[in-house]
Amino acid sequence: MKKILKLKKDTRKNLITYGMIILAFLIVRFLSASGNISSAFRGQLVPICVYIVMAVSLNLTVGILGELSLGHAGFMSLGAFTGVIAAIILQGSVSNPLRLAIAMVLGAVIAGIAGLVVGVPALRLRGDYLAIVTLAFGEIIKNIINTLYVGIGENGFRISMVNAESLNLGERGTVIMNGPMGAVGIPKLATFASGFILIMVTLFIVLNLQNSRSGRAIMAVRDNRIAAESVGISVTRYKLMAFIISATLAGAAGALYALNFSTVVARKFDFNTSILILVFVVLGGMGNIRGSIIAATVLTVLPELLRAFNNYRMLLYAVILILVMLVSNNEQLKNMTKKFKGFFKIKRPSDLKGGTARE
Amino acid sequence: MGFLSYLISGISLGSIYAIIALGYTMVYGIAKMLNFAHGDVIMVGAYMSFMATAYIGWSPLASVVLAMAVCTLLGIIIERLAYKPLRNATSLAVLITAIGVSYFLQNIALLIWSSNPKSFTSIISLDSLRLFDGQLIISSVTLVTIAACIVIVYGLTMIVRYSKIGKAMRAVSEDKEAAQLMGIDVNQTISVTFAIGSGLAAVAGVLLCSAYPLLMPTVGAMPGIKAFTAAVFGGIGSIPGAMLGGILLGVIEILGKAYISTELSDAIVFSVLIIVLLVRPTGLLGKKISEKV
Repeated sequence: MKKILKLKKDTRKNLITYGMIILAFLIVRFLSASGNISSAFRGQLVPICVYIVMAVSLNLTVGILGELSLGHAGFMSLGAFTGVIAAIILQGSVSNPLRLAIAMVLGAVIAGIAGLVVGVPALRLRGDYLAIVTLAFGEIIKNIINTLYVGIGENGFRISMVNAESLNLGERGTVIMNGPMGAVGIPKLATFASGFILIMVTLFIVLNLQNSRSGRAIMAVRDNRIAAESVGISVTRYKLMAFIISATLAGAAGALYALNFSTVVARKFDFNTSILILVFVVLGGMGNIRGSIIAATVLTVLPELLRAFNNYRMLLYAVILILVMLVSNNEQLKNMTKKFKGFFKIKRPSDLKGGTARE
Repeated sequence: MGFLSYLISGISLGSIYAIIALGYTMVYGIAKMLNFAHGDVIMVGAYMSFMATAYIGWSPLASVVLAMAVCTLLGIIIERLAYKPLRNATSLAVLITAIGVSYFLQNIALLIWSSNPKSFTSIISLDSLRLFDGQLIISSVTLVTIAACIVIVYGLTMIVRYSKIGKAMRAVSEDKEAAQLMGIDVNQTISVTFAIGSGLAAVAGVLLCSAYPLLMPTVGAMPGIKAFTAAVFGGIGSIPGAMLGGILLGVIEILGKAYISTELSDAIVFSVLIIVLLVRPTGLLGKKISEKV
């Protein structure tokens, strides 16, 4: 116990976050093995993992970088369809876990490249441009995937933008993506364990970044761009770095998400999904990774339990967005909480060291 | 003749974008915020006009006046409740709030009017114009839309240039503190800007639904985003820029639909935004503003 108290505050906080995830994983595993989990909840396990990764990665852009991305679902979509194509092409040639891993890595890479393409024009500008460009990007991706026909057959890998027949797949060919019908015949490779691993990897990347030299540079850019620039921090470089990592993680999550269902359509990854993930981040606290995890889990599980209120769900999300912003930016409330915090501050050994002796 | 007819419908659609873009550009110029909910004010305006004509039986003109009044009020209320408390907050906080407001309006509309599309009867019932022995038919909605856009842009330019409130607006957009020291009521000026923008949104909503007569709670979202694209395209903060950007974007969209692909038309429009930001981030008529520390 003493050892844990001696650790740096950030390290301790991160360890608690990791521990929370591992504990949750073990509990669900245990309950699942003893048959105490309903099938509806079992079906939600992978989506919960995916939304946690989405929320944590969006938090990197919104909370840590301080830029708004409204196209996070677009990166997820790219990762999803790339992952599906990779998984189907590799069918029979490698083992399932490896196939899933390759699909996720490829999805992540493609989404990361898209992040670079979108980020370069948008992040050079000041103001709210990233928000609108990412929104536009999400729509472009949705549009393009809706017109894309992809298949594999006698003539190898084929892509068309006209219709499925023009792919010329031959008799034994498979259509992977069928325009507006989306990807069909997806092998169900995703497992809860793989979701758990993805969350751990995401946390490892994001938490380590946050506490690294680059992470501090990114936060400096967020807090005061001009001051950061004047001490020699390359603003565009660090902005791009955070944004691309965020997009990459979203791509991996997308691949996992798609490989959990037998069909996936581009419409699933629309503006509403991006907003949903933003709600996770805002409710969990911008810049607070653990908060994102909790908010994503609760808001994914809760709607299933509260089906009666389904009509009011989106309305509630809207109210959450507005109220959290109004309350967290209220000067009077801020001063009050500051006083409270000072009053209840826990005195840790590190605070006492070298200070005036107390008692 | 096909090209000419596409061009005219492009200009007409672009005029609607231009009217919406004016709201974005004025609010952005003065409050330095992206009013995401602007597109949904359009939707509210269209529903108001629809209800007044279909359920109460008002004349089309009266319904437009009602829609404008309701939207103006709505704009002021939104600004007071959601944006004013955040005047000193980061732009990220304001933007998230604006998205919240946009979502709020959409979902309230969903609860009130349900997601079933309503068929909007055009408020304009004049005959179409036939040119070249009937080879080129221009509908009256198209003509009225283009005329409305010209009148609005001219009127707004005059207001901003010569009226007292217009001068106040320009002063606030240039330097809020200095304007305040000169005795300008900054809050009131911002409220008036929101009121004008929202009133114009109502007009745009009615025109939009007259041209594309399906009325749904999400009807304003996409035109809203495209109009913002138009505002950025023309140079955000500039009134003639909004008009130019809007019309160009409308033409690009319709020509893209006609000659390239119907499904990809939105993708084409949004690619324009990304290209503009890459090549000329300040837009066609925008001014480059240097930043002081």
